[in-house]
Amino acid sequence: MAVMLDARGLRVEVGPAHARRDVVRDVSVLLYRGEIVALVGETGSGKTMTALSLLRLLPQGARGEAKTLRLGDVDIAALSEADMGHIRGSRISMIFQDPLAALNPVRTVGFQIVEPLRAHRRMKAGDTKKRAAALLAQVGIPDPAYNAKRYPHELSGGMRQRVLIAAALACDPEILLADEPTTALDVTIQAQILRLIRAETERRGLAVLLVTHDLAVASTIADRIQVMYGGTIVERGKTRDVLREPNHPYTKGLLDSVPTVRRKLTPLRAIPGSPEGVAAIRQGCRFAPRCAYAIDRCVVEEPPLVEVAPDHESRCWVFAPPKGGT
Amino acid sequence: MSDVLTIRGLTVDYPVRSGLLTSRKHRAVTDVDLTISAGQTVALVGESGSGKTSVARAIVGLAPISAGSIALSDQLLDRRGSRRLRQIRRTVQMVFQQPGGSLDPRMSVADTLEEPLHYLMHLNSRAIRARVSELLGLVGLGQQHLTRRPRELSGGQRQRVAIARAIAISPSLVICDEPTSSLDVSVQAQIINLLSRLQQELHLAYLFISHDLGVVRQIADVTAVMHLGRIVETGPTERVLDAPRDDYTRALLSAVPSIEREASAMTDTAKSISAGE
Repeated sequence: MAVMLDARGLRVEVGPAHARRDVVRDVSVLLYRGEIVALVGETGSGKTMTALSLLRLLPQGARGEAKTLRLGDVDIAALSEADMGHIRGSRISMIFQDPLAALNPVRTVGFQIVEPLRAHRRMKAGDTKKRAAALLAQVGIPDPAYNAKRYPHELSGGMRQRVLIAAALACDPEILLADEPTTALDVTIQAQILRLIRAETERRGLAVLLVTHDLAVASTIADRIQVMYGGTIVERGKTRDVLREPNHPYTKGLLDSVPTVRRKLTPLRAIPGSPEGVAAIRQGCRFAPRCAYAIDRCVVEEPPLVEVAPDHESRCWVFAPPKGGT
Repeated sequence: MSDVLTIRGLTVDYPVRSGLLTSRKHRAVTDVDLTISAGQTVALVGESGSGKTSVARAIVGLAPISAGSIALSDQLLDRRGSRRLRQIRRTVQMVFQQPGGSLDPRMSVADTLEEPLHYLMHLNSRAIRARVSELLGLVGLGQQHLTRRPRELSGGQRQRVAIARAIAISPSLVICDEPTSSLDVSVQAQIINLLSRLQQELHLAYLFISHDLGVVRQIADVTAVMHLGRIVETGPTERVLDAPRDDYTRALLSAVPSIEREASAMTDTAKSISAGE
């Protein structure tokens, strides 16, 4: 399989010079053609910062660096800002949680979905009209010629997200970054959008990074899962392996906390504490204060990612001790 | 068992201004019947626009009722007016989705909890102090939280404060409108467990409004499914979720992503709903 995006040693720091802290540490993202990787995490896990750092779109005040950041044979980290602008929306696209906020309210959706084509492919206005309708048809919008002339507020939430996907796919990108694309949608619409993303991934040979807080969403469409906590990856592997044989106490706790529609599990086995305080922790395993298995070492030293089974890694002194000791 | 809430034939119409002089009505809820017994949890589930929140708003007097009746503990509510609001506030309290928005940012936890005790229960300051520390214990917060303001608390802690405020006056019914949807999964589980424990200890009745059928499975005795303003199916939660009778309920259930399921297993039923978009 071809590696489309190779990012290693990602690090994002925020805060003023005298009080810098890292919100993303030692994160790598490898995206293969035709594959969906889910980045799963709660508040403050660093999942969105990771996605934004791949596009070099970090918010002001945040500083990102990477050991490796390559898109195919292009070293993204070394590109000028102008060249990076040509990559965004053309070779790497992104869709967001709130499609209404991501769309311009005073332009028709047809105008907006071909904006990337005008910007990156210098397509003429006459040609874009047809292309807009074709793109809308591809993402399952009925009567595309009519709907292309409508404004974002006239469409339902699900239709708007389809419009964003159409715009993101307009230039035939290799990479799609999707940040909580279905969180604002009803479950029946969510199912349709997830199915659309899956279908386009396979049809176009896209490589997708799906950022989500929802393990169930990840489990329905992702090939691989990377679980993040406190700015780093605590466990990763094939979706099936991570869900069936979770290694890290956080992954296990998360799986136990998800209320399932299949059966009643009261009381739910909740993880004590809150992920919101995690930014204050500067050393050791960031999950240690909430972990029932934590030992002395966990508090002082952050464990490395260790392979616990083929293609399955975990970051835990207790359940994934480094081979041969340290 | 006595009923704390009886709704018969509830219809809610919102006025919609369509022209300069003309006005239309938008029917949000049509002919809804609902009964909640003491100590029971009834879940109202449905997608956005199904009318579930309008039912809740009608109960607490925040939505216009065009037909039907609402009775709290066998006492029929007046259709309008301030007497009705006073009746309601003593017996029904609400917990909202966003504790950040439902708590006053300028008020400390102590102020927030003292307010209903002072204005609705008319307790003296000593009794208020005792009740406030009892409430903190009930929701799993400590004395150290009393002086905090909402922004100094985590999302889960804020929701605990909102719950403490709701149960402060010992209401017979608490309406929870998506109380866990803005929380992280690991914290959501804590809040669900808290609501279950409080119900057992205080014999509360809950009207639990949610779009999350997984959460509903954990907490509700009875589930009513709403679609386009009507209740399409009501029954014991196990029965509704395990053997749904209505087509819409079946479609809704099949669209819920479940961790046990594989990618290919998303069913055709979910696909067929796209017509509704």
